[in-house]
Amino acid sequence: MERSTLDLWVGLFVVAGIGALMVLAMKVGNMSGVSAGDSYMLTANFENIGGLKPRAPIKSAGVVVGRVSGIRFDNEKFVATVSMSIDKSYKFPKDTSASILTSGLLGEQYIGLEGGGDTANLASGDRIKQTQSAMVIEKLIGQFLYSKAAEGGDKK
Amino acid sequence: MSDNNLIEIKDVSYAYGTRPILTGINMSIRRGSTVAIMGISGSGKTTLLRLMAGVMKAKRGEVWVGGQLVNDLDQAGIYKMRRRLGMMFQFGALFTDLSVFDNVAFQMREHTDLPEAMIRDLVLMKLHAVGLRGAHKLMPAELSGGMARRVALARAIALDPMLMLYDEPFTGLDPIAMGIISNLIKALNAALGATSIVVTHDVQEALEVVDYVYYLSDGKMVAHGTPDEIRNSVDPLVRQFVYGEFDGPVAYQYPSRKLADDLRLSA
Amino acid sequence: MATHKGFSVRRVGAATIDGMLRLGYATRFLARTLLSSGTSFRRPRLVVRELYFTGVLSLIIIIVSGLFVGMVLGFQGYHTLQTYGSESALGVLVALSLVRELGPVISALLFASRAGSAMTAEIGLMKATEQLSAMEMMAVDPIARVVAPRFWAGFISMPLLAAMFSAMGVFGGYLVGVVLIGVDEGSFWSQMQSAVDFREDILNGVIKSVVFGLAVTWISLFEGYDAPPTAEGVSGATTRTVVTSSLAILALDFLLTAFMFRGV
Repeated sequence: MERSTLDLWVGLFVVAGIGALMVLAMKVGNMSGVSAGDSYMLTANFENIGGLKPRAPIKSAGVVVGRVSGIRFDNEKFVATVSMSIDKSYKFPKDTSASILTSGLLGEQYIGLEGGGDTANLASGDRIKQTQSAMVIEKLIGQFLYSKAAEGGDKK
Repeated sequence: MSDNNLIEIKDVSYAYGTRPILTGINMSIRRGSTVAIMGISGSGKTTLLRLMAGVMKAKRGEVWVGGQLVNDLDQAGIYKMRRRLGMMFQFGALFTDLSVFDNVAFQMREHTDLPEAMIRDLVLMKLHAVGLRGAHKLMPAELSGGMARRVALARAIALDPMLMLYDEPFTGLDPIAMGIISNLIKALNAALGATSIVVTHDVQEALEVVDYVYYLSDGKMVAHGTPDEIRNSVDPLVRQFVYGEFDGPVAYQYPSRKLADDLRLSA
Repeated sequence: MATHKGFSVRRVGAATIDGMLRLGYATRFLARTLLSSGTSFRRPRLVVRELYFTGVLSLIIIIVSGLFVGMVLGFQGYHTLQTYGSESALGVLVALSLVRELGPVISALLFASRAGSAMTAEIGLMKATEQLSAMEMMAVDPIARVVAPRFWAGFISMPLLAAMFSAMGVFGGYLVGVVLIGVDEGSFWSQMQSAVDFREDILNGVIKSVVFGLAVTWISLFEGYDAPPTAEGVSGATTRTVVTSSLAILALDFLLTAFMFRGV
């Protein structure tokens, strides 16, 4: 085999391999995903996080703005403390509320942020004060039955 | 050691584990001579060759090559010594993925910074010396056994070695190729001013080529002398080897019980 | 009976010690290869040459297999997902299966049987025909000149081949899912992109293939270098390369998966 032909093939091979990696990164994955460098941290306490997992998306108005970076249990207040890393390009006012939502009926759980009207923005390390816990289906059914029973009681 | 001797071997022994291969070998090989080390298969002659090339180290005794004690050399020292040493392997051992030209050029490219144009001239000269200049583009698979051996010879002399080692150079060759190789061994030794050691069991060919013969049996040096002395030796071991007698000190029968016992005739 | 039992226990013990010896020897061989890699970096041509044999010549089998595996995933995935009415998640299924598992694992298995066995046979034959000894007699270290360039070529080509396999597989899944069956193209790609994470999935897949590449090249080169210098020896070593490599790939895959995707 001529030297130059061999080199050409190897060159093509390397380019094709790196090209395939790029395709995987750009087309298949979301390379634009949040990385540690250009994000800031927020925390929020929830009474119940349901099935929320680390790396779950954080969405505002349906747009992914960050990811859950850690979940731990606060042993003094008996709540779950969720830390979130939010993309630096998104700012949220101080009175933003966070709630744990479910995509679809059986889909994965994520945190939804809803901006308020405060003029000051949340800074890195701040805690979101208004939170709404995950809907736990057993509780929902319990509440539903309780209210039905209460309705029934009123009619009598 | 004397300056006239390129190789001195003093009371050398070697063993694989507890199995002795060589015991108490003494040799001295004069510069410019061609020497044969002979013996039947398993007599330890290839091991002796390897000791000289530093592939293995003697367990006891001293191996001197070109004024250096091989026993004491580290890997770098052995590699340095080997640059002045050419070896031809039993079946040539050409690099099958390189052409004839690249095989001969291999050492020049690995060990020197010569420009490609000069390497080309040198390679063609070396190939011319073995009569295969026209075959430089062929691949080893396209060569006959004798031609492969000649290319291997050209490759071994690529860097003009001071010592040439031949491991069974005649095995498996037709009579014409054998004649060519033995003539080349003689001619190259004169042209290079080198010293040659031929390890072989092809008695008649070797006796034609060499100045001196060492005969090994069971790891011991049992006889040595000029080819004529070896031809006229009265030692039964040497006689059996030189004249190919089928029975003698080296027994024809594999050790066994008495035939009568095996056939149950004695009962 | 007792003697028979003792005999077999002794055999197990001997086999264990033998295995440990081989592993130790193989590790020393790897260390020597790494230490002798200077030549490969000073003369990259040596590595480029081996990249041709390990990488370029494995291209066809990798691309074709990737395409077919992706197409099968497309059919099977669609079949299963439509029962739950979630065909739109087909892209996610195809991409995640390929990037996390099938890409690195299958391409490594193919690499072991295509390039790995060839490396073993080549080095085993070079040993059997005394080419390695000849090289050593010419004061050239065969580990630096023959083994190390092949090692680095394997190290470089494995992740590239795995990436090509996965990319072709996703394309195959797209062909079957979108073009043939008619899953919505938009949701195929968008769901895939929102579910496949660069660091979590793609990078971990690449790490896997690098580890597999190292394991396969190490095993192949060692088996070749250690092969008895006979025809049977070399053919036995080639078989062992494929068997040992395949087992190593699957076992390492288990370990890496448990380590990478644990609890997430």
